[in-house]
Amino acid sequence: MENNIYTSKDFATDQEVRWCPGCGDYSILKQVQSVMPEINVPKEDIVFISGIGCSSRFPYYMNTYGMHSIHGRATAIASGLKASRPDLSVWIITGDGDSLSIGGNHLIHLLRRNFDTNILLFNNQIYGLTKGQYSPTSEQGKKTKSTPMGSIDHPFNPLALCLGADSTFVARTIDRDPKHLREMLKRSNDHKGTSLLEIYQNCNVFNDGAFFGMTDKQTKENQTLFLEHGQPLLFGENHDKGIVLDGLKPKVVSMDEYSKEDLWIHDETDQAKAGLLSRFFDNDLPRPFGVLYCEQRECYEDALHNQIDKSIELKGEGNLDDLLSGNNSWTVD
Amino acid sequence: MTKETVDKVVIFFAGDSGDGIQLTGSQFTNTTALYGNDLSTFPDFPAEIRAPQGTLAGVSGFQISFGSSEIFTPGDECDVLVVMNVAALKANLKRLKKQGTIILNLDGFDKRNLRLAGVEEDQNPLTDNSLADYRVIDMNVTKQTRECLSEISIGIKEKDRCKNMFVLGFIYWMYNRSLEHTISFLNEKFGNKIDILESNIKVLKAGYNFANTCEISSSRFEVKPAKMKPGVYRNIMGNQATAIGLIAASQQSGLDLFYGSYPITPASDILHELSKHKNFGVKSFQAEDEIAAVSASIGAAFGGALGVTATSGPGVALKGEAIGLAFMLELPLVIINVQRGGPSTGLPTKTEQADLLQAMYGRNGEAPIPIIAPRTPSDCFETIVEACRIAVEHMTPVFYLSDGYIANGAEPWMFPNVKDLAKINVPNKDLGGEYFPYKRDDKLVREWVTPGTKGKEHRIGGLEKEELTGNVSYDSDNHEKMIKTRENKVNLIAKSIPLQELDSGKEKAKLLVLGWGSTYGAIKTAMKDVLIQGYSVSHAHIKYIHPFPTNLGEVIANFDKVLVPEINNGQLVKILRDKYAVDAIPFNKIKGIPFESREIKNRIIQVLDGE
Repeated sequence: MENNIYTSKDFATDQEVRWCPGCGDYSILKQVQSVMPEINVPKEDIVFISGIGCSSRFPYYMNTYGMHSIHGRATAIASGLKASRPDLSVWIITGDGDSLSIGGNHLIHLLRRNFDTNILLFNNQIYGLTKGQYSPTSEQGKKTKSTPMGSIDHPFNPLALCLGADSTFVARTIDRDPKHLREMLKRSNDHKGTSLLEIYQNCNVFNDGAFFGMTDKQTKENQTLFLEHGQPLLFGENHDKGIVLDGLKPKVVSMDEYSKEDLWIHDETDQAKAGLLSRFFDNDLPRPFGVLYCEQRECYEDALHNQIDKSIELKGEGNLDDLLSGNNSWTVD
Repeated sequence: MTKETVDKVVIFFAGDSGDGIQLTGSQFTNTTALYGNDLSTFPDFPAEIRAPQGTLAGVSGFQISFGSSEIFTPGDECDVLVVMNVAALKANLKRLKKQGTIILNLDGFDKRNLRLAGVEEDQNPLTDNSLADYRVIDMNVTKQTRECLSEISIGIKEKDRCKNMFVLGFIYWMYNRSLEHTISFLNEKFGNKIDILESNIKVLKAGYNFANTCEISSSRFEVKPAKMKPGVYRNIMGNQATAIGLIAASQQSGLDLFYGSYPITPASDILHELSKHKNFGVKSFQAEDEIAAVSASIGAAFGGALGVTATSGPGVALKGEAIGLAFMLELPLVIINVQRGGPSTGLPTKTEQADLLQAMYGRNGEAPIPIIAPRTPSDCFETIVEACRIAVEHMTPVFYLSDGYIANGAEPWMFPNVKDLAKINVPNKDLGGEYFPYKRDDKLVREWVTPGTKGKEHRIGGLEKEELTGNVSYDSDNHEKMIKTRENKVNLIAKSIPLQELDSGKEKAKLLVLGWGSTYGAIKTAMKDVLIQGYSVSHAHIKYIHPFPTNLGEVIANFDKVLVPEINNGQLVKILRDKYAVDAIPFNKIKGIPFESREIKNRIIQVLDGE
């Protein structure tokens, strides 16, 4: 198909968008709509599948095929869809409750099977649609309606979990950085296999400012680390800080004392180092954004169709009359 | 030596779950089917794969009834009981009729086996005269098997594994069967393991020859081929028929088959069977859990495949929410429930019909789903094709309620030719005018538009939708209208199904025996007797449970009384009372085993003579 026959407006529907004013979801919707014309897929071949939660209203606002399904099961539904229709571009919209709590099981199994789908995991560290209970990514001690004395749950580290499930593509971005968000959406789309993109998304009603330090002008340079393949891990104002590896331990160093060559050079094909990066989490290290890990591995749907082809090659295309009669029939006159 | 001709024989094979009893039973079944007898089988195995050897818990059984006239059940009492050890005898002696024959392995009656079976030494059934009412044929199966294989260099364990072949050979001789089928089966199974193949064949022949030469088996039986309808037959098990039926439905509809399933007894064999037939384009998907299995099937259906998921009762409980979604989306989906004893984990390897109300009502909200039930192993084929037809042509999930009894039971089947199978019509024709996802035809069925169709991009979901457009709607009048519309759509299916017919008896009589599902064989057998005895009784068997055939109420009204036998605590009877306000009499058995025909017969007589 020809490039850019669509504009982002072609992907908007006539449905009124009903997220709270100021919700981070608006920004994500806008960027997804604006990236769609660039992926060069006819819109009738694109499907958005979501579960339940604020973010899961997303498919109603995309003028493609879509399904707003049930809580936690978008990943499982998308698996069946992709298995039967490998030709489609399948996008999964889910939240931290949907994918990591009620749907945690299906998420890890989708990742290990590596269906060629794109997961956009909107992480706002709270239950929004049910009006403000803590989620599996809420920090310990968080006071919410269901945890007036503070949450006693240890939270999930989503990217570490996904790497543990042998995800072939793990990335992180944030709603307030449209440029990076667009770039990550494109990378997710380009990856053949399951792409897991965690999107930090601000819930301005129930968990406002959860990522404040990573978006505020005063602090974001020191609290965020933007990864680029083959580039050293630099951050801070004017990139005045870097990360070196001391054995298996990452260490923040001042660029006054170190040169770029001394630093940890990001290699998105290194699973072990991706594991370390995913653990840059509440430990005085900057939060990494970008592609932490990317590898090529056979997709389930391809393996499935290969087996079918091989079976046909070995046994010939199935003959129903032969199947009905079996190997041991007899005639009664 | 005498050769006695008999019309019908019931044999029960029993031994340790590791003794190869199921294999022995199925081999005897296939050979007997090929010989031309009518037959019906029923395996009875423990939930544990290898329960402690020699114990009662580890006893595995296989019952076959075969004859030269029509057979509808695996039989009530057994004529012959084959036991490999004390525990097998102790657990199953109650099945044997007085004067029946016991064929027993003496090597399974030593001190150790007595102890494992919990039998005191002074109560050894071989010596305490407790078997005096039976004809006992005893032999040293283990010892003879080992001797027969003394020159073959395989381990003692491998040798002992062949002992079921000795018994099989013996029985083949007793019933005048050829070894040919089993030898070719063994060749296929062990073709590349020469020692094992040779051993099995050797022991099979040894058992046959032992029966021929020894004096203990003083008589040989002849069971002549049955007078069956002319045609070509094969032997078939219920789960196998279900699997083949799914492939047939896929071909007759032109839809790819997607089968999402999570292993569960007694449904797993459908997954195994389908997985063998990838050359039919079958996509079998072993999901991570029951919910994923049904969800993946819904995803596949959204993509335009024939989506099917199979499980047993506990799995249906887990799938409930997703089934409601499929109902709300109005996508085709077939849900197979091979029922087993419940509640909870219940009796996994035993049979029950106790999930009917779960299928009927087990969802949140108003979500009526069509229900259809096969009655015999071979009927599974036609019924699953019908389940697929209703799902696709009416854009709805459909429940197919089989059970452990017919799923694992076998019978001869006069299979159809493909050219005689009906086509399934996929509702993908444009309904005209502007496209809306929930525009409906005269059957209230919406158009099945799949991704990839240009210009008809649309979104569907589990939220209540506005009629026609399918947009989310919280409007109260619209909600009520949609509830009624979806209900009417399901009710209209009654127009596409056959009217209820009587299976036997007169159109008007005193009593109607009204059954569903796997009770068919037992009721039919009982009916033959009571009709000969002149009782005023008829039998109807319901295949379409929701919606019912449109004339069912009229059929029922022709009888003074209605008796409803079920392998549950009374479920169809509740639906009948609700729908027709009929004071039906429940007749229930909840023991994890099917009805015996004599139980039904006695109950019919009791109801009629008790007037």
